[in-house]
Amino acid sequence: MAIGVIYAVLFWAATLVLVLGVANKVLIYWKTPAPLKIPTTPAPITRSGVVVRMMSEVFLFKSLYRSDKLLWALGFAFHYSMLFIVIRHFRYVLDPVWSVIQFMQPIGRYAAFVFVLALLGLLARRIFIDRVRYITSPSDRAMLGLLIFIGLSGMTMSFFGGHTDIVMVKEFFTGLITFDLKPLPADAPLLIHLGLVLILMFIFPISKLLHAPGIFFSPTRNQVDNPREKRHLSPWAAELEKQGKMYLDELD
Amino acid sequence: MADYEIPKITGEEGILEIPHIQPDAMKSHGPWISKHEFQEYMHFPTDFKMPESVEHYGDADTLVENWKERALAKMADLKGRYRSLQVYLDICVKCGACTDKCHYFLGTTDPKNMPVARQDLLRKVYRRYFTFAGKFFAKLGMPGFVGGAELTEDVVKDWYNYYHQCSQCRRCSVFCPYGIDTAEISMAAREILDHIGMGQKYCTEIMGKVHKIGNNLGLPGGALADTLEGLEEDIYDDTGVEVKLPMDKKGADILLVTPSADFFAEPHVDGLMGYAKVFHELGLDWTLSSYASEGANFGMFIGSYENMRKISLRVRKAAIDLGVKRIVFGECGHAWRVAYSFLNTLAGPFDFLDQNYPIPQHVLEITEPALAAGKLNIDKSLNDDMTLTFHDSCNIARGSRMGDKPGGQFEIPRNVIKAVCNNFVDMPADTIHDATYCCGGGGGILTDDLMEVRVKGAQPRMEALKYVTDHHGVTHMAAICAICKSQFTKVIPYYGFTMDQIVSVHQLVSNALILTGQLTEEEMEAKEAAEEAERLAAKEAREKAAAEKAAAEKESKD
Ligand code: SF4
Ligand code: SF4
Repeated sequence: MAIGVIYAVLFWAATLVLVLGVANKVLIYWKTPAPLKIPTTPAPITRSGVVVRMMSEVFLFKSLYRSDKLLWALGFAFHYSMLFIVIRHFRYVLDPVWSVIQFMQPIGRYAAFVFVLALLGLLARRIFIDRVRYITSPSDRAMLGLLIFIGLSGMTMSFFGGHTDIVMVKEFFTGLITFDLKPLPADAPLLIHLGLVLILMFIFPISKLLHAPGIFFSPTRNQVDNPREKRHLSPWAAELEKQGKMYLDELD
Repeated sequence: MADYEIPKITGEEGILEIPHIQPDAMKSHGPWISKHEFQEYMHFPTDFKMPESVEHYGDADTLVENWKERALAKMADLKGRYRSLQVYLDICVKCGACTDKCHYFLGTTDPKNMPVARQDLLRKVYRRYFTFAGKFFAKLGMPGFVGGAELTEDVVKDWYNYYHQCSQCRRCSVFCPYGIDTAEISMAAREILDHIGMGQKYCTEIMGKVHKIGNNLGLPGGALADTLEGLEEDIYDDTGVEVKLPMDKKGADILLVTPSADFFAEPHVDGLMGYAKVFHELGLDWTLSSYASEGANFGMFIGSYENMRKISLRVRKAAIDLGVKRIVFGECGHAWRVAYSFLNTLAGPFDFLDQNYPIPQHVLEITEPALAAGKLNIDKSLNDDMTLTFHDSCNIARGSRMGDKPGGQFEIPRNVIKAVCNNFVDMPADTIHDATYCCGGGGGILTDDLMEVRVKGAQPRMEALKYVTDHHGVTHMAAICAICKSQFTKVIPYYGFTMDQIVSVHQLVSNALILTGQLTEEEMEAKEAAEEAERLAAKEAREKAAAEKAAAEKESKD
């Protein structure tokens, strides 16, 4: 039971850090003005065009496709397999399990292989391409390692003779949601798996994982190309105008 | 010719192979530092000590007092005012997709010229001082684990050097999955450097001249008027038509704002004569302004919104003072980005101008429809001695638009060239449109103290040009940017081309345009001969009269 309590507390804390941390960053991005129109052109000239542009980046990684096909393939395989895996995992918290998730179950299971292979590919790039090696920090490798081990520990349970008590796990997680503490099976692969996921949740708001919410705030991608038609003015620039000043340090 | 190796181009594929990295290949002291006088003009701090020689650039005792705190304070200020900076410092995943996209990296092989590595020079300080992860690992004595680093003299030196090896061309932002724009980072870095005593001489000196006189060259109104008069004479001598280049004409319809290089540099000036001829032929009432005699705006290069606005406001004032109805910009890349994307923000609203026209408008947005409508009498064969290709300027290609459709900035100049020339070939697809390679001299790099950077940075474009030269017989490359034109005329000789292979787009228009009442060469000769004969006759008559008079006088004396 002690392990259950520790993990329960950690999961609650991690969820809090993840949600508040990301919310805080999103708020900062939201509130920081973009004083100038800087879409990378050619850019859409309407809002709906921008939505299409953004979606093609978020779902298809369009710019990446243009720049590096191998990286695109690896990144695409990694992100989509992760998506299927995450969807599959809803069965451990939802009761009853939706039929879509039932349906996704086998896809999500085998996606784990794609997930780990793609990550290994990404790691190989960091080791073998001199340019990429140069820009890689230890934390970049560590993060790939983290994901790889999350995948491997998960696969140990679902494919390689894992005897994890799934029913108990599910009770633990549904219990977390209703603040009803339930024990967690003291099973090494499970504890490692969950421990690594916890780390991932904790570091999300303080790492490059912020690219997920951040892309929506990227001015080169989210701005409409209409500067001649519509005047764009940030609050601090408006203040300069209002006070008739040339430099910010002259403002009252 | 130079004490560094000039890169070799082959012309085989038109695209360079990705080189292996060579750390510190371009390590240097960077461009010349700006003196106190110019920093003061820009409203930047002046409590620094001018370094005695380039070896001392960036030494702590040459920087402003408390330089470290003030650099960090500036960074905090900027990331609070620019969403781009805040977001881009956070979200780069170090995927490396941008690493082979920068012409300076391809030309120099220095890994710090890879866009992400260039960003990292600033990002590592941000990580260390402004993020939880960076502060935490710094306490453990290993900020490098999460890509953080202490702010030291050496970091400042790297900033100064490598942020002046970025032309802010935004090619990297096209290829980054999140659109991370290294130009935004290098602008911010230069703004920080400006606040710790490391301004760049080239940019600040030029802006000082604009603030004081009105153009980058420091040409006063009188000198400008003389130049314009000379150009009018040139056009007259060429065509026999009196085409005017008016200055400070009150009540004109159009204010033309053009880079000051158009007034004297080659081939820029041929472009200016081209605009004048087009305006003349279309019957447009236009003027230049001596007060706003500069289309360029280097405020963008140094990331200074305030100085960029100050220069832009000159255009507004000139438009109001002259009472014009429209503002038109001449051929210049970054000038058009500032005009198209920022002018309304910086110096608007322009409710006093005629709202039926785009504000501001590019001169090509006038010429192209006029050509399409057949309003200009064109003889394409007059350009038959050339086979053209077109260099998309980065600031126009990736930072602005022409016409009312996305991508008009690629179509409109090409339409114009094709309407006045019979022979046009594009360079390889990966080197044009929004994937265009910078000329190597943009973003405040166009200075003699950065010659090596400029020559090497031009390599990708030169390779593409060589390809179309060898495979398609291209003889000339047209450009629509004053900086591109100046940069190319200077660096293409290093690659075995000649200066006069660079032409202005409106120069091509000018070549092919037959003005109403224009005389053909024979007519021009006949006219000159007639004038000469008239002169001779007059002289004879004078001499005869004088002789008669003398004879009469002699007679009366006798
Ligand atoms: S492409 Fe973008 S995310 Fe990838 S390394 Fe370059 S700047 Fe970072
Ligand atoms: S903006 Fe241009 S010059 Fe600067 S890093 Fe990006 S590609 Fe290189």
